[in-house]
Amino acid sequence: MSTALTRPRRMVAITSLGAAGLLALTACTGGGGSAGATSFSFLVNQENTTIPELLTSLSTDQCKAENDAQPLQIETVPQTQLDQKLQLLAGQNALPVQYAAGNAPALTKELAQGGQVLDLEKTLTDLGVIDQIEPAAISTIEQLYGGFNMLPYQYNIEGVWYNKLLLADNGIDVPSTWDDLSSGAAKLHAAGIQPFSASGEQGWPITRLISGYIFRDLGPDALQKVADGDAKLTDPEYVAAAQAIADLGADGYFGQGVGSIDYDTAFNTFLTGKAAFFYMGSWALANFADESANQIGSDNIGFMPFPDVAGGAGDSSQTPANVGLPMALSAKAYNEDTGKWLTCIANNYGAQSLSAADTISGFKVNGDVQVDDLTALVQDRIASTQESVLWFEALFNAKATETSQKNAAQLVTGAISAQDFMGLVQADLG
Amino acid sequence: MHKVLGDKRAIALLLGPALVVYSLVMLIPVVWSLGYTLFEGNAISGFEYVGVDNLARLFSDPRVGEALRFTLLYAVIITAGQVLLGYLLALFYVFVLRNRGSVVRTLVFFPVIIPTVAVALMFQKLFEIAPQTGPVNGILNLLGVESIDWFGNPVSAIVVLVIMDLWRSMGFYAVLLYTGLLDIPDDIMESARLDGATGFRLVRSIVLPLSLPVLLSSIIFSINGTLKVFDSIVALTNGGPGTASTPLTLYMFQTSFSYGEYGYGASIALLLTMLCLIVTVFIFRSSRRDVTKG
Repeated sequence: MSTALTRPRRMVAITSLGAAGLLALTACTGGGGSAGATSFSFLVNQENTTIPELLTSLSTDQCKAENDAQPLQIETVPQTQLDQKLQLLAGQNALPVQYAAGNAPALTKELAQGGQVLDLEKTLTDLGVIDQIEPAAISTIEQLYGGFNMLPYQYNIEGVWYNKLLLADNGIDVPSTWDDLSSGAAKLHAAGIQPFSASGEQGWPITRLISGYIFRDLGPDALQKVADGDAKLTDPEYVAAAQAIADLGADGYFGQGVGSIDYDTAFNTFLTGKAAFFYMGSWALANFADESANQIGSDNIGFMPFPDVAGGAGDSSQTPANVGLPMALSAKAYNEDTGKWLTCIANNYGAQSLSAADTISGFKVNGDVQVDDLTALVQDRIASTQESVLWFEALFNAKATETSQKNAAQLVTGAISAQDFMGLVQADLG
Repeated sequence: MHKVLGDKRAIALLLGPALVVYSLVMLIPVVWSLGYTLFEGNAISGFEYVGVDNLARLFSDPRVGEALRFTLLYAVIITAGQVLLGYLLALFYVFVLRNRGSVVRTLVFFPVIIPTVAVALMFQKLFEIAPQTGPVNGILNLLGVESIDWFGNPVSAIVVLVIMDLWRSMGFYAVLLYTGLLDIPDDIMESARLDGATGFRLVRSIVLPLSLPVLLSSIIFSINGTLKVFDSIVALTNGGPGTASTPLTLYMFQTSFSYGEYGYGASIALLLTMLCLIVTVFIFRSSRRDVTKG
């Protein structure tokens, strides 16, 4: 072998070096930029099957032309991992055209401030379909996210669903106070029926009970005070709320292994008649309408607001309302085809949602849609709501949100005390 | 050949591509991450220079202490278990099964090639309490013991984690140590036997000293792997219940990508790197003398 490389060989050497470098560089830059998207990509939490199903059915019917121009493409992620995924994608400017914008409104706001979220007020006005959105939904979104930049695919109220038959069989009236609820649960438990069904794996169905108690006991502004720093979760009156929920757990009212119960299992437990009470949002109407899953029958399900706490400053007319997990559009991936999709959704989603999934959305319902009694009940309740409240983690940062939801199951299994639970969350509120 | 390696351009040509790739995917990100420790923020909201605040925070954050304790506890238990079980299995292969053990070796090695997530799902089902009663609780019930909520309590969750990780990895260490044992010359074993050494005595005086180098390699290998454990914990308990089984790696990941604090996450990564470095140097130092002697 000669000592010097001949010219052609040197060329080969330089080329291969360059090629290796380029290869490495492409590895670094891969996955970037979704601007001018050719597909209507949609990242949604796995637990939410309603929106993907409805959009899919729109894509084959009313929005077929839009779908041909920009085909709908759905990708799912477990809700507990959504925030991580969003941070990574946003960091690379690789968010899909439409996406579930985070568990914590704090993250949603951060995404908006980072220029990742499309301003819907302007866009829908330009498209001429802003009047297709219910004003109440717009005001809820503005209150939560600082501007109208989320699509109200759902407009929910939350409360306690109950199994009418189980209550009647055990001689329990629909509880209107916390004490009634506790004594009713005790009766059911004694009769061998699991009083509450809740997903400890998700955590939020348990922390919602804490916030429910806080709002009834301390008034609708109680968690705003915590956010403003005027009160702490470790204050005795707040700890008392966590204690009330922990007491339910200590008595075994959530059943065995609540920390392992996932969202679907919690639904299943209630819909197969194994549990009497179920705290959930009105998006559950979609699950209730599924006749193969709902073995107890829609007629057998009742809805009651979170009960009053004796001597409390709040009352059961204050209803938790939200738009579900917020769904945003990427400001960077938006183009004319997406605008057409958006117009079609604004015009058709409301009716489609109500007729096909029995779910109430924040879109206007165009046309005449027959609804079942339970859906009508929720519609009435929404219409009569004078004052709405948020949920436990609504004003928390991402860290405190996760701490709260991850430790909720431990609170009801007794692994940590109410004081410790509130202490952990308060510490992360910073 | 000597002439080629004496030529600087040839060396550059041979090493160049690998070095470029290594720098791009390894060195630059490492230095970059080190730089992040001085900043706070994330890719969405931008970065802000905070000096050594992040590093100072490591000492005041109770969750770092908790995660560090768990990481060390886990590393010690799993390393001891992996290497001990692996060694016992290797001895079993060599002295009991001899050449007939390929089926057993394959079966014990099998869990190593199953994806961690699949193993974790299987263990979740094995130890399940609700909605279905898993086989383990089923057996307990048969024996008249009440079902245990394995993943609802920190101690029992960690017990399941340890059982799973040992089951998953002992086959690998068994094969690694088995090859070490095969390296022991037959004539030494033979002469030891002639001198009357059998059983425990043979293992202690001949096998153990002669397999010490591979044993120490296994320990270093194992402890560095266990200090950086991530996948099996995420898949089995996701750090729960609460944060009871959250190691530094998972806390680092959550801090960076869930809480959006890249700088503080990078600081935790730095702590983990230092920890691995110290442990490795410590084992290496304490072993060097013995290795050269053996």
